[in-house]
Amino acid sequence: MDTAYLIETIIKVVVILLIFSALAGIGTYFERKVLAFMQRRLGPMYVGPYGLLQVAADGIKLFTKEDIIPTNVVGPVFKLAPVITAATAFMAAAAIPFFPQFTLFGYTVHPIVADLNIGILYILGVMAIGLYGPLLGGMASANKFALISAARTAAVFISYEVVSGLAILAPIMMVGSLSLIDFNEYQAGGIGDWIVWTQPVAFVLFWIAAFAETGRTPFHLIANDHEIIDGFGTEYSGMRWGLFFIGEYANMFFISFVIPLIFLGGYGDGSMLGALGFLGKVAFFFFFFLWTRAAWPDVRPDQLMWLCWKVLMPLAVINVVITGFVMMF
Amino acid sequence: MKMEQFNDRNVADNGYFLVDIEDYPTDGWGKFKRVVKRSFKGELFVGLWVVLREMIRFDIHTVQYPEEKMPIGPRYRAVHEMKRLWESDAERCIGCGLCEKICISDCIRMDTKIDENSRKEVTEYTINLGRCIFCGYCAEVCPELAITHGGEYEQASEQREHFVDYEYMLTPLDTMKAKAQKEFEGFGAITPHEDERVKKTPLAY
Repeated sequence: MDTAYLIETIIKVVVILLIFSALAGIGTYFERKVLAFMQRRLGPMYVGPYGLLQVAADGIKLFTKEDIIPTNVVGPVFKLAPVITAATAFMAAAAIPFFPQFTLFGYTVHPIVADLNIGILYILGVMAIGLYGPLLGGMASANKFALISAARTAAVFISYEVVSGLAILAPIMMVGSLSLIDFNEYQAGGIGDWIVWTQPVAFVLFWIAAFAETGRTPFHLIANDHEIIDGFGTEYSGMRWGLFFIGEYANMFFISFVIPLIFLGGYGDGSMLGALGFLGKVAFFFFFFLWTRAAWPDVRPDQLMWLCWKVLMPLAVINVVITGFVMMF
Repeated sequence: MKMEQFNDRNVADNGYFLVDIEDYPTDGWGKFKRVVKRSFKGELFVGLWVVLREMIRFDIHTVQYPEEKMPIGPRYRAVHEMKRLWESDAERCIGCGLCEKICISDCIRMDTKIDENSRKEVTEYTINLGRCIFCGYCAEVCPELAITHGGEYEQASEQREHFVDYEYMLTPLDTMKAKAQKEFEGFGAITPHEDERVKKTPLAY
């Protein structure tokens, strides 16, 4: 392997890690602000101008807080679980093209860590491994609320993997590739070429599944504050809890990148305008995560299962079958 | 503001109506129809619109407390104040002890003596705010409008015994010089235009 490639990859990895760790923090700031404005409040106002330094204050607090390992927990598993959540979230970022390629000081940069030919499969797979964070953390915690949360995590993640996988199958059949860059090239012709026009059902299904897999509000029952405290996070403190948090927000960002890449044309033809448009789409999807949290109530676990197995999965299967017939004839 | 809408207790006529709730479906087909109806009715988007509308309207209700404060009513009963006479800046309190007597939580303690002009003088006057229930009886019973309630509801100190002694409650002389002493409008205060209704006693004592 040639050294320049190695150095380039390491730099990319470090940049992505730094940017998205910081974005996870800033994401919490935006979430608090947006939620506050929607509820006629002001949100954080005192730390720094308009509360902007609240993120830094929270970070300092998380880093310096005592790391408590309760007596009856299964130590090694308990310590490992937050790392799994954060690590899998960032591993998924490896196959996401964040930008069109650009030239910097005469050197062409591809803003993707590894252009895998199985990109989507890899992303979905790694995000599915993210299940082990809440599951193991919850089971090792020796806490009944954490245990309930672990059981719910397993149920929700496994169910909605089915929906997201089947929903994405139809676009994959049309594009004929699993690489996200190929998806982008397929839709590079402009708005008319976007897959969302030919696969609206798959788009909506994948979007719904994204809410379940990031554990955001309509499907927030994994760590539902008002009934099971913080679920798998109940026994965690300090930076171990912070890792769960970074993982959740990084997941939100990455899924906000994946949805427009697959369905809404990604960064288009690779021009500056296309890249800015892509960021706009990502911002919208991230905002939508916050928006629904202000607007919608949570569903019960049984309703969530009902929705998955009796509504969304049959719809996804029918969608795949119809797509197949249309492509065949 | 009109009081009629508050005084009207007949709530049934004020736009209340029974919500039309459909019967719950019993068979599978009915349940299916309900699911389809709920799915395509777009109620979720109504919720989204409501919160977005509030965000755009930006009608923030937060009071940023230490900088901004809500106005409190003139009759609000917070920490006590001792007033001075407008004419002479002398203390209004005549040491009669009625407030000490009426205080139901027994938190007022005062000591008096006869001074060289053979007037009663207050030597010691404290209110134990740890016991005070802010009932307002002391302000109501005071014949001189001397002890009243004020609007100051913020108190912090190293120990609660710091609150409240005579010096703390007494209107400062600077305030009197600036004619800035505020009369209390709550319990025990004189009603407006009382001067016009006062009648002279016809007897020459």
